[in-house]
Amino acid sequence: MDIVIPSISFSAIMPELVLLAVGILILLLDVFSEKHSGKLAYIAVGGVATALFFAMTPITDPSTTFAGLYSADRFTQFFKVIFLIGTGLTLLISEKYAKENNINHGEYYSLILFATVGMMFMAGGADLITIFMGVELMSICLYILAGYTRARMASNEASMKYFLLGAFASGFLLYGMGLIYGITGQTKLVKIAGAISANSDNMMVLVIGAGLMIVGFAFKLAAVPFHQWTPDVYQGAPIPVTAFMSSGPKAAALAAILRVLVEAMNFIQVDWIMWVSVLAIMTMTVGNIAALVQSDIKRMLAFSSISHAGYALVGVSAATSDGVSAVMFYMLVYTFMNIAAFGILALVAKANEQNTSIDAFKGLFRTNPVLAAVMTIMLFSLAGIPPMGGFMAKFYIFMSAVNAGHLGLVLVAVINSAIGAYYYIKVIVAIYFQENPEKPEPVKAGPSLVFALLVSVIAVFVLGLMPDCYLTIAGKALLPF
Amino acid sequence: MAELTLNHYLILSGVLFSIGVIGVLTRRNVIVVYMCIELMFNAANLMIIAFSNSLGDMTGHVFVFMVMAVAAAEAAVGLAIIIALYRNKKTVDVDEVNLLKG
Amino acid sequence: MLNQYLPIIVMIVAAAGTAIGMIVATTLIGPKKSFPDKDEPFECGVSPVHNPKSRFSISFYVIAMLFIIFDIEAVFLFPWAVIFQKLGMFGFIEMLLFIFVLAVGLVYVWRKGALEWE
Repeated sequence: MDIVIPSISFSAIMPELVLLAVGILILLLDVFSEKHSGKLAYIAVGGVATALFFAMTPITDPSTTFAGLYSADRFTQFFKVIFLIGTGLTLLISEKYAKENNINHGEYYSLILFATVGMMFMAGGADLITIFMGVELMSICLYILAGYTRARMASNEASMKYFLLGAFASGFLLYGMGLIYGITGQTKLVKIAGAISANSDNMMVLVIGAGLMIVGFAFKLAAVPFHQWTPDVYQGAPIPVTAFMSSGPKAAALAAILRVLVEAMNFIQVDWIMWVSVLAIMTMTVGNIAALVQSDIKRMLAFSSISHAGYALVGVSAATSDGVSAVMFYMLVYTFMNIAAFGILALVAKANEQNTSIDAFKGLFRTNPVLAAVMTIMLFSLAGIPPMGGFMAKFYIFMSAVNAGHLGLVLVAVINSAIGAYYYIKVIVAIYFQENPEKPEPVKAGPSLVFALLVSVIAVFVLGLMPDCYLTIAGKALLPF
Repeated sequence: MAELTLNHYLILSGVLFSIGVIGVLTRRNVIVVYMCIELMFNAANLMIIAFSNSLGDMTGHVFVFMVMAVAAAEAAVGLAIIIALYRNKKTVDVDEVNLLKG
Repeated sequence: MLNQYLPIIVMIVAAAGTAIGMIVATTLIGPKKSFPDKDEPFECGVSPVHNPKSRFSISFYVIAMLFIIFDIEAVFLFPWAVIFQKLGMFGFIEMLLFIFVLAVGLVYVWRKGALEWE
């Protein structure tokens, strides 16, 4: 028997290859030369920029490559850009934090890059195996990153909880994939859909398999009721890692859910739209209500990120091309505003995360007016107040759901955004109208953080005022509907 | 003697998976919880291999190879995390690890 | 049909013969001294009865964890080894890349001192 090597397009996975190469380079630099240790963050940022260049190179014809294991389409590319932006911003806000907290090691940056590669494989996977490998590559790196400040007990604990619940979720995901493979005899998403339309016996098992897979992804997305790990892990992990975990992996989980549901699970569309709607309602409501009572800002942002996952799920449940492009646009905006908010928190909380409660923000307007203004912009955007990007993102999500006929769902979502505004404004009140009894010194932002915040502010306004062109890109990125 | 069919393997895998899930939910020792998670993975592996064999399709074998490699990496990372926790806290009981609450 | 299994039978006989021969030879010609340690049940050179609270070096954990990772990667070498001639140059280069990535990992843990015993 002859073996035919399948057609392989390395250009489709160029961003991944660049990140892997840079990650390995950083590991080796770290162990072989002491004098580069200050530059590791910049080398990683350089790698991300190069990868971003390759990810933005337009592709002519969407296709699958690597024998159908990987789809090189615009959907993948758009999500790759989101992940790379998230990673780049995380690296920029990490730079000062890592030096202050004595975690400026090569493997910190390498792990972030490798986790990004995992996310890209989740978005680009056209096969259950690729998607599973992507999920695991991302998760394993994140387990380590969550516990990276290993002298801090909270960080240890976050890491352990994340690891146990993450591995538990992976077990469900794998079992669901196994069931679907067993019934259809296929692991490629498109062929699964084909096999099901040709022969629809054993529907029950397929539905169970799809349900288990959604449970697995919902854990990674931190959707209620699979969210219990989120607040603890986000609170315990180092702040830049929390910023990273709450943006990229969420987008990656959404990408994988969209791909699996739309490409392979069309046959039970009626079922999954209902499941996703229920998940969305619970996720928004629980996230927002729990965030109201938090006094630790890291924990508050954790619940806020849960509720944002809920809004994104509203777009998924629309199950139209508008809904998908709205979700993609939402994740793009969310990445900017979320990481920027965490970046400011990392600065305000000072070395070793002395103070992450809302009190740390008291009187920030007096000590650092510019920083206070940036934080205000980000919080307004998170709350969804025009003209920031967060408003347009929510608007398109709700529009797509209304057009798909989910009026009740949108009503719940709108009520939730109103509740959500309250806790963001609580922080803004602390910034402008409350005195800090300790009279702290003004905090100093390093050049990389300033750059990250500048980019985020510009992006939040540009996306808010001129969302059309980005939506068009996202719209063109669509999966075959 | 009855022949072993696909169903036997599927039932075994289902039972192992359930034991794993129940173990994760009821046990308090981190190491035991992790062993139960490994049991879930291996139940899934067993099922995929059984399907792969009955379908006569090698993809399942490849899938299981990948899962095994991933599970090994996960085990190494997990044990390292548990050791780091134990060094700081001197316990591996899930209930005693409760610094973060809210 | 059975002929192709002949080398395996020869192999089994040779292996069994060597093992039995060694045991017989040592019982016949080896010196026999008895002392307390020797009368204890054998457990891989570790004393079977000891204080369970005694600590042992953390290096055991580290090396065991590293072993798991490098050990399991061999799983990918076997399928390749079966058909490497059919895969040709492409398969060879792919495998070299795979080994290279593993080697980077090994170099990394080595330089980090994870393989030092003390």
